[in-house]
This record gives sequence, C-alpha cells and structure tokens, in this order.
Amino acid sequence: MTEHPLYVDGNALAGPLGEVFAVDPTTAWRSCPSCRLPATLAQLHVYGPEPGLTARCPGCAAVALRVVTQPEYLWLQLGGGAGAFRFTLPAVAPGVRRP
Amino acid sequence: MGDLSPGFRGKTHAFAGRLPPGQYPTESFPVLSAGPTPDVPTDRWSFTLTGEAGESRSWTWDEMMALPQEEPTVDIHCVTRWSKFDTRWRGVPLDVFLDAMETAADFVVAESFDGYTTNLPLEDVTDGKAWLAHSFDGFALSPDHGGPARLVIPHLYFWKSAKWVKGLRLTLDDEPGFWESAGYHDYGDPWREQRYWSD
Repeated sequence: MTEHPLYVDGNALAGPLGEVFAVDPTTAWRSCPSCRLPATLAQLHVYGPEPGLTARCPGCAAVALRVVTQPEYLWLQLGGGAGAFRFTLPAVAPGVRRP
Repeated sequence: MGDLSPGFRGKTHAFAGRLPPGQYPTESFPVLSAGPTPDVPTDRWSFTLTGEAGESRSWTWDEMMALPQEEPTVDIHCVTRWSKFDTRWRGVPLDVFLDAMETAADFVVAESFDGYTTNLPLEDVTDGKAWLAHSFDGFALSPDHGGPARLVIPHLYFWKSAKWVKGLRLTLDDEPGFWESAGYHDYGDPWREQRYWSD
C-alpha cells in the first residue's frame, strides 16, 4: 500500500505568494544551503495548509520558507530562522473573502 | 422538539462553557503536519533537559516510563479552530523533569526530533499544567500524533504541545519558536483568542 504523501508540490505557493510578488514566484530558483540540491520554488515539498504552509527542500527536507495567512496579512519567513516579513495585502471589495 | 435532533442538542448543552471563542467541537483528531513524520524508535529515544548555562540531564525511554505517571483527561484546542473534548492521555508531568534541575530561567523552548520548536513561559509547564505524553486513549501514541512522545499543554493552543519532542531548553529570555516566529501569537491562550502576533 502506498502511503498518501503529507505534502504537495510548490505550485501550491503560487496563490498566496502571487498576492505579494510582482512576478511569478514558482520559477524562482534556490540552492539548498543544507544539501546543495538545486530546485525551483515549484519543486519544493509543501506541507499544510494549516496552521501555515511549510515549504521544504525535496532532497533533505530542510525548511525553505513558511507562509502564514490571516484575512488581512500574509507572513513570509525565508529559511529556517531568518525572521518573517509581513506584507499588507491589497484591499478586496467589501463582502469578498480571500479563500 | 422541532427539527433539532435530541442527540445534537444534548451534546451542545453538555459542552456549554467549555468551547473557547471562535472554536467548533470535533470528535475526530485532525493531523496537521509541517514536515515529514520522523521515525523515532523508543530504543533510540531520549528526553533531555538543558539548563540556561548549558548543563543537561537526559532520560532514556525506560527511565522515563519508570517515572511517576499521570492520566489526564483534558480538552484540547487547535488554532485552526477545532476543539476536542475529554481527550485521555498517559504520561509524565513536566514537573518531574524540571524538579531535577535548579534554574533561574523564566522561559522554556521545547525542541522536537524534526527540528520543530515552540516557546513557553516556564510557569505554564509547571504545577501540573503540562505532560510528556506517550499514550492516547489507552494506546501507544501513534507517530502521526507525535509518538513516541509529545507534549500536552491543554490550556494553550495545541501548536504549543510539540509532537516528537526530544527535550526542553531552559532560557532566560523568550525565544519565539517555529510558528511564533512566523506570525503566530507568542503565548496562544485560546480563551483570549491569541491566534496571531497582534491578537
């Protein structure tokens, strides 16, 4: 029996990060500082979505970034302990809720 | 009785006053993961208490199981808004470990085998308020729920109850953990809805 994976691929980050990045973030490239594996953001393993999205290196599972979304804010933490950036999201029309 | 089912009405009444604001009750036990589930055999498991000056004290699995045990039945509250009533655990009160070391620390960081961390005031894990739990509902704690052992700190949101815990590190200063440094509240009281940093 194949165990259902706990993660999805990094394309799951396209929606939330697309709200704060001016360019498509999924093609952004990184080299894992822990194991040196090169990967695009789309290739990361993403766990969550609750209480937040945790994206990990597909090779060694080191944390690449974390995203926590509130109704009005998005928190982005890069790396394992670099501190989080909080972006204020553009206003949405009254009565419209973000997914 | 109208359209309301007697069973539903009875259960809602029974839990009145036990559901923090913004929460809903569930009878399932959702699994939330921030990474791969670590495989920690009990013969390679240990629990380490580290003091603020770096001194440490460790317990093997067998030593931990020989310590005084308690069987708390508690309500738990997840920041993702589910609450589960009357969960039954078996484990060692954290007081038993903390009594083994003199400390001037005011805070503690729980550290897990998968690299997860969460920070707590020391006074929130003493005086019978927190446990190192190895059994749930009469059975050994399963890996997806944090087995072989996890913290159970029921008066705070459940992200504070670290799964796969491997130790406690006493600190003089508060050090935000995995979720606390990414937007979640530093303390996490469900009765005050302390979900996010600014709550």
